[in-house]
Amino acid sequence: MNEPLISFRGVGKTFQADDKDVEAVRDIDLDVARGEFVTLVGPSGCGKSTLLNMTAGLLAPTTGTVRYNGRAVDGVNRHTGYMTQNDHLLPWRTVAANIQVPLEIQGRSRAEMRDKIQALMELVGLLGFEKSYPAQLSGGMRKRVALARLLAYDPETLLLDEPFAALDAQLRLNMQIELLGLSRRLNKSVLFVTHDLDEAAALGDRCVVFTARPGRIRAILASPLPRERDLMRLRHDGQYVRLAAELWDMITPTLAATRGETA
Amino acid sequence: MNRRRALAGRRFRLQLYRLGMAFIFIAAWQAASGPLIPEFFISKPSAILASLRAQVATGNLFFHIGITASEAFVGFALGALAGVAAGVLLGRIHFLADLLQPFILAFYSLPKIALAPLFILWIGIGMTMKIVLTGTVVFFLVFLNTFTGVRTVSKELEAILHLMGASERHVLTKVVLPSAVTWVFAGLRISVPYALIGAIVGELIASNKGLGFVLANASGQFDTAGVFAALLVIMMLAFALNALVRFAEIRLMPWKTSGAQLDREITI
Ligand SMILES: Nc1ncnc2c1ncn2[C@@H]1O[C@H](COP(=O)(O)OP(=O)(O)OP(=O)(O)O)[C@@H](O)[C@H]1O
Ligand SMILES: [Mg+2]
Repeated sequence: MNEPLISFRGVGKTFQADDKDVEAVRDIDLDVARGEFVTLVGPSGCGKSTLLNMTAGLLAPTTGTVRYNGRAVDGVNRHTGYMTQNDHLLPWRTVAANIQVPLEIQGRSRAEMRDKIQALMELVGLLGFEKSYPAQLSGGMRKRVALARLLAYDPETLLLDEPFAALDAQLRLNMQIELLGLSRRLNKSVLFVTHDLDEAAALGDRCVVFTARPGRIRAILASPLPRERDLMRLRHDGQYVRLAAELWDMITPTLAATRGETA
Repeated sequence: MNRRRALAGRRFRLQLYRLGMAFIFIAAWQAASGPLIPEFFISKPSAILASLRAQVATGNLFFHIGITASEAFVGFALGALAGVAAGVLLGRIHFLADLLQPFILAFYSLPKIALAPLFILWIGIGMTMKIVLTGTVVFFLVFLNTFTGVRTVSKELEAILHLMGASERHVLTKVVLPSAVTWVFAGLRISVPYALIGAIVGELIASNKGLGFVLANASGQFDTAGVFAALLVIMMLAFALNALVRFAEIRLMPWKTSGAQLDREITI
């Protein structure tokens, strides 16, 4: 394998919250190759979002380094596009105008913007809602607008934090198919956080499983599935079923542990 | 549809009750004035109306309204403009805000009206002095609101824009200013009565025109009806200014009014 696109070396992050320190992640070593789709799973609060934040350069690690394309990430990493857990749409802009923001920043022409927005609205299944304001949309629709906005500026690497959490099963499958197809077609690298283990197994080239906080890598499971896969038919794929089961077996003990902690 | 009709019906009834209350109040006032309370103190609605009519007839009233309205409006506009500019500047440049904070606080806690005598020394007793007084009062209110608005912009949102390749200018025009608009308008709305306070107190202290002068003049001649008439006109002026801000708000923030918030009735 040639040089990784993203590499975490001994990465740890401790937050100073008021009087007590919160260690979010510890000793993370992880390489992500160009064009690779990596899914991240682990109990709530184990630092998955924190890892994405460090990849995007929004947070600096307390220990270790995060490298992108061989260079230590220092400040905003513009090669990445980030769809955060909160959708962060601009409430004063309509759906179309929200998707238009990155295009305006890039200084595209009106016609170009119109065509691109049209294509993206179609992709995320929101045709007819161009003129709606975010406050008038459902949670799932807002997520889709955020995804369309992310795709509008076409970043090299996609950081997705539970992007499909609020969608119904059919829509989620549709979006998964679109995302996977698109990332393969354009050879995008993807870091994809999800709580849905089936989703993690279905999409990932590799699935990274984290322990409860402080999050450490518990296991990295390489997917036996081919890069091009038919998500529609996965249910009947023995390899997929085994991978998903393996993830379940791994997560359930940590789940019990976190429940014990909060009880 | 049925629910909407029920809502409209309820609103209509509410208006009816309000009208009824106002009518009863005015009638009671008219009846009580004289027999119960000396007319000298509370005048009476019919006398107030007559006073108003007389002043309208001479055309004097409109002259005075025009004076006060322009003082309040120009002071309001200038103060608001300066307030927004200062709020954005200090909101974005943390060092500057930290540096100036104690001084701003010191000025803020000073009742701005108390500056009137100083302004008279500096710029005399003309309209400019009322404009400056009004502007100073409005400035602080709008400034503090704008500042808060700029400061409450989500850091994560800003970061996302930077990831999109945004420059500081992009962040300012696409995120910071629009998201501060809500706060700015909150500031403007609370400023309206203060703008009138500035203009009228200025006129009360030193002037021979404007509604403040009309008020002081009527009071000086023990013309209670004239005082009430002036107060009534001032109230209507405040109403008009409020409506103006509300109108601008609806035009500038369509996303605020496109939702369920349309049927919010009471705005202060
Ligand atoms: N800015 C911050 N300041 C203080 N503590 C923080 C901050 N951001 C995250 N944390 C803490 O770090 C830990 C990890 O947070 P993080 O958001 O990365 O978890 P997560 O794995 O994404 O969880 P979830 O699955 O619920 O989204 C949490 O305990 C959280 O309280
Ligand atoms: Mg998270």
